[in-house]
Amino acid sequence: MLAIFKREFKSFFTTPLGYVVLIIFNIFSGIYFWFGTLYNDTVDMSYVYSGFTVIVLSTMPIITMRLLSEERRQKTDQALLTAPVSLAGIVMSKFFAAFLLYLIGISVTLVYSTVLAFFAQPTWGYILGNYLGLMLLGAALTSVGLLISSITENQIVAAFISLAAMFLLLMLDTVAQLFPVQFISDLLYALSFQTRYDNFVAGMVSLSDILYFLSATVICLFLTTRVMEKRRWS
Amino acid sequence: MTIEVKNLTKRYGHNKAVDDISFEIKEGEIVGFLGPNGAGKTTTMNILTGYLSASEGVAKIGGKDILEEPDEVKKMIGYLPEQPPLYHQMTVLEYLNFIYELKKVKLPREEHIESICRLVRIDNVAKRVIGNLSKGYKQRVGIAQALIGNPPVLILDEPTVGLDPKQIIEIRTLIKRLGESHTVILSSHILSEVQAVCDRILIINQGKLIADSSAQELTKSFGSTSNLTVRVAASDEEAPFRMLGKIPGAEKVETLGCKEAGSFDYEIKSKDGVDIRNEIVKRVIERGWGLLMIRAQEATLEEIFIGLVNKTSSKGGKK
Repeated sequence: MLAIFKREFKSFFTTPLGYVVLIIFNIFSGIYFWFGTLYNDTVDMSYVYSGFTVIVLSTMPIITMRLLSEERRQKTDQALLTAPVSLAGIVMSKFFAAFLLYLIGISVTLVYSTVLAFFAQPTWGYILGNYLGLMLLGAALTSVGLLISSITENQIVAAFISLAAMFLLLMLDTVAQLFPVQFISDLLYALSFQTRYDNFVAGMVSLSDILYFLSATVICLFLTTRVMEKRRWS
Repeated sequence: MTIEVKNLTKRYGHNKAVDDISFEIKEGEIVGFLGPNGAGKTTTMNILTGYLSASEGVAKIGGKDILEEPDEVKKMIGYLPEQPPLYHQMTVLEYLNFIYELKKVKLPREEHIESICRLVRIDNVAKRVIGNLSKGYKQRVGIAQALIGNPPVLILDEPTVGLDPKQIIEIRTLIKRLGESHTVILSSHILSEVQAVCDRILIINQGKLIADSSAQELTKSFGSTSNLTVRVAASDEEAPFRMLGKIPGAEKVETLGCKEAGSFDYEIKSKDGVDIRNEIVKRVIERGWGLLMIRAQEATLEEIFIGLVNKTSSKGGKK
């Protein structure tokens, strides 16, 4: 299991992919930090954090697109599936490799916070809460991307479907307004990743949001193992 | 390590890729799966290695069921799939180290990997990136990968496909050597290859096992003596033709024309199991002609198939 994780994580940096992702994280969050925080003479980083949904949305499909699709296309999945490793082990290794890259990407916000700490007393509770929110949002989206990557052999197709799926999951609150039926609209609003994440940005850390993201992650990871298992049987 | 397969079936929709195959392989045997493309060789191997699941039937390796104890069984198998599962950005050493960790091998790492590299002769490219290697080297890295952990059972899917003649001979020699200490299953659609390497041949066609015999038996029953090419030095083409036709046991004689100055070639089919070579030699010499060549034509895979299909259908038991 550790072997797959290590290989996967390393492969981000033997191709340009890992660098591209980290560059996008740094440049765009830097822009948000500059205009939202420094330019306004404030220690309020909510602008940076809310801007992160766009950054995550644009990078996550790239991070996850080839996780499983490429293994199938290159037939390297045969090495994994005929090795004494469980399906869950394979899926978890892939997930954590992608998630680690994401964590490195978002850790740039900690640098910003540290910079601010030289000028004012930062509210660490707020910062850590946001960081937790970013982690949970990322975990859920990583597993969504992983699931989609398991369905197709083509990484470009995986990237586009992931982008569409992730965009939809984030936009559900906007979509909710289009539904005249109160019940459906409430449901969609509650399911929206954006709504849940906005709570963290607003400084509210609630157990229900944490559980929501965690269960979304677990469900997608579980479905990924099912997709792979089904392929074996059909 | 013994391999036991019972009533194995794999369905894809209505299509049966593997249809009720059963066989047993004893420890230390080198067994060849022979069959045309799409016969079900790869599917059978994929089931044995746990990559696919069977729709019906049981596959056991060393007495352990692949479905019930997958991890235990997978540890005993080294598998070279049709397309070697190589990560093209890694170097050979990185890759073999990855496989070593993936298979949870407990042997002394550096020594083990080094000895395998020497065995399959990839030690000179060990530090190169796999994507830049030639097809022959990639195939050998694939074999090296299967050998990692020294598993008692080796399953090799078309191990020599795409290699040049020199490499093919090298790989065959290697497989024979490995066969001394491993149970080996390999697949091929080339009869001569399986004959050269294997102790036993399983012929698969359209998902069904249609023959299970030793290499010698197979050549005996579809033998080489029933179809001969003879070159006779004589002044005209007619006389030897008539003479050959009169040999007892000869069923059909055809003239092939003049291939060498002053001689004529003939193709003779004899009844199954009748060896007429001695008779030909005797009669040609009696007439004062010269016998320049007498060659048994090897049965091709196609002929064996036709023979086997005819055999099974004439028994009337199987469809």
